[in-house]
Amino acid sequence: MVEQIVFILVSLFTLITAVVVVTNRNLFHAALALMASFLGVAGLYVLLDAGFLAAAQLLVYIGAISILIIFAIMLTRRLMHALESPFNSQWGLGAFTAVVAFAVMAGVIAQFWPVTPDSVTPLASRPEVSASILRGSVAELGRALVSSDAYVIPFEIASVLLLAALIGAIVVAWPKAEDE
Amino acid sequence: MTPGQLALRSLIVGFIITFAVITGFAYTTLLERKLLARLQGRIGPNRAGYIPVPTRSGKPRRFLGGIMQPAADAVKLFFKEDITPAKVDRWVYTLAPMLAVIPAILILAVIPWAGEITILGQTFSPYFAIAPGVNVGIVFVLAITSIGVYGVVLAGWASNSKYAVLGGIRASAQMISYELALGLTVLVPIMLADSMDLGEIVAAQKGVIDWFVFRQPLAAIIFWIGALAELQRAPFDLLEAEQELSAGYTVEYAGMRFGMFFMAEYMKMIALSAITATLFFGGYRGPFVDQVPALGFLYIGLKTFIGLCIMIWIRATLPRFRYDQLMAFGWKRMLPISVLNFVVVGIFIVLQEEGILQPLFENTLRFLGIG
Amino acid sequence: MVPLSWYLLVAALLFCIGLYGVMVRRNAVAILMAVELMLNAVNINLVAFWRYLSPERPVGLAWAIFVLTVAAAEAAVGLALLISVYRNRGSVVAEELDLLKN
Repeated sequence: MVEQIVFILVSLFTLITAVVVVTNRNLFHAALALMASFLGVAGLYVLLDAGFLAAAQLLVYIGAISILIIFAIMLTRRLMHALESPFNSQWGLGAFTAVVAFAVMAGVIAQFWPVTPDSVTPLASRPEVSASILRGSVAELGRALVSSDAYVIPFEIASVLLLAALIGAIVVAWPKAEDE
Repeated sequence: MTPGQLALRSLIVGFIITFAVITGFAYTTLLERKLLARLQGRIGPNRAGYIPVPTRSGKPRRFLGGIMQPAADAVKLFFKEDITPAKVDRWVYTLAPMLAVIPAILILAVIPWAGEITILGQTFSPYFAIAPGVNVGIVFVLAITSIGVYGVVLAGWASNSKYAVLGGIRASAQMISYELALGLTVLVPIMLADSMDLGEIVAAQKGVIDWFVFRQPLAAIIFWIGALAELQRAPFDLLEAEQELSAGYTVEYAGMRFGMFFMAEYMKMIALSAITATLFFGGYRGPFVDQVPALGFLYIGLKTFIGLCIMIWIRATLPRFRYDQLMAFGWKRMLPISVLNFVVVGIFIVLQEEGILQPLFENTLRFLGIG
Repeated sequence: MVPLSWYLLVAALLFCIGLYGVMVRRNAVAILMAVELMLNAVNINLVAFWRYLSPERPVGLAWAIFVLTVAAAEAAVGLALLISVYRNRGSVVAEELDLLKN
């Protein structure tokens, strides 16, 4: 019961702030709402016993990505006080598409997994797992990321991707000589 | 114990520790002013309150003059007019001081203040903390310190003042740069202790000789510099450089809202001092702590106090960095050194576990004609 | 007692909110923010499946970490592009970036 209440509160927080992100006219407030939404997602991770991922979410999304976005908004500041609508002309179509997409997804989810909570049906409640497995999941994850029969190739590709993004970002944002 | 009881206990412990740290914050401000004054050959605040010590001449000697200075400061801040400038972004302006204080308090949650201890019939196991046994404790600390930048950035933005915005932009650039070095350095204690749980990191530093600062002095120094940069204390206090930015992001704040920024800074000083003690200086461990666990509070308190004194000493000694020097130092010195350090430590740990290190060492000595 | 489908529904809703944002916002930074929301929705799914279906094997966690990496790279490059565009064109409104039109 407590778990359900906490889940509903955290999800509502996440979703409402997400709606603020896509509808708020003031871009800076939208960025703050985005940060709050990331925080809510971190809360969902904690509910799912993924503490490490929750901390990583705080570190990467809130500590780095949101700050970068706020930085970008500050550097393109003149637009913040624009008074015209934040939406383009196809907002009705967009809303329709989003609603249809959600209806399809919800239908599929309801088709394949039990929706009402009960403790007997599999996946209708969170399966019990021994605490040692959950505690060891971080070490397990670390081993999986570097073992050759698991994820070492995606891991290395991710590191190359990060390096490429680092260099790419510097090259793209480098001011041209005549700008200075 | 049921989850409900655990939550209640965490609440009570959290209340006590937060209260203790807030008191500590008040007296840290006094310590800073007094010590700074002494280092500069002044006396410092000595009027507000004293402990009268009777002397033979009849006139009592004023002992610890200035002991009530924090209370006087608090009263002053409370009764100052709380101005909200007309053109600010009202929501964000109100939110920013809170976002500065909350992370400063949240960091305290995972710091172990004593070992396994029994207080009033309650056994705190495996160690005494608000949230004991968080298996990713140190990542949590890094994550929360990275949130701390929001208070500064939002304050700078919301104030709608160019000095404040410049302060905010400097802050975000500085914190992103130094967070990397800080995060990479924290990996060293994690690797040495083979755990991310702060309690187990402390447990791995049994005697004084095992303190990680003696095994990894370089990592300790980098961590300390990074912590100073995260705290925006001298010599990294450019974002509140009085001469250039007239107090930076706090320029539009007054009264208790300004006081909250002040509070956040000093509480983070205490928290990061305690974390440095935990990671590199054996945390709550010290002589006889296994026999008398209550000594743990004393030891970590003492270590935190020494850390604070060193911070104040550094502030009195070193001049401020220039902005380009700060960036160059962060990216071109701190980051490569910390990457190199943790790679070398990792290689050594693997060599040791594979049993290669010892023969290699002996053969090298024999080759050099020493062994 | 929270069924798996609740997490999936929340993730789907978050994804659709993000989708809506991508389709209708005019400012390119806002579009980027909506994309981040969609990536987060995917991550919720991955972690929920990990916890409910295979908690002893860190499959979902590993992929969530990769999504996190890609999101970080995407934000860095995307924002660099936007700043570059802003410098050249003085605007980051997606409709006004029509240099290739006509």
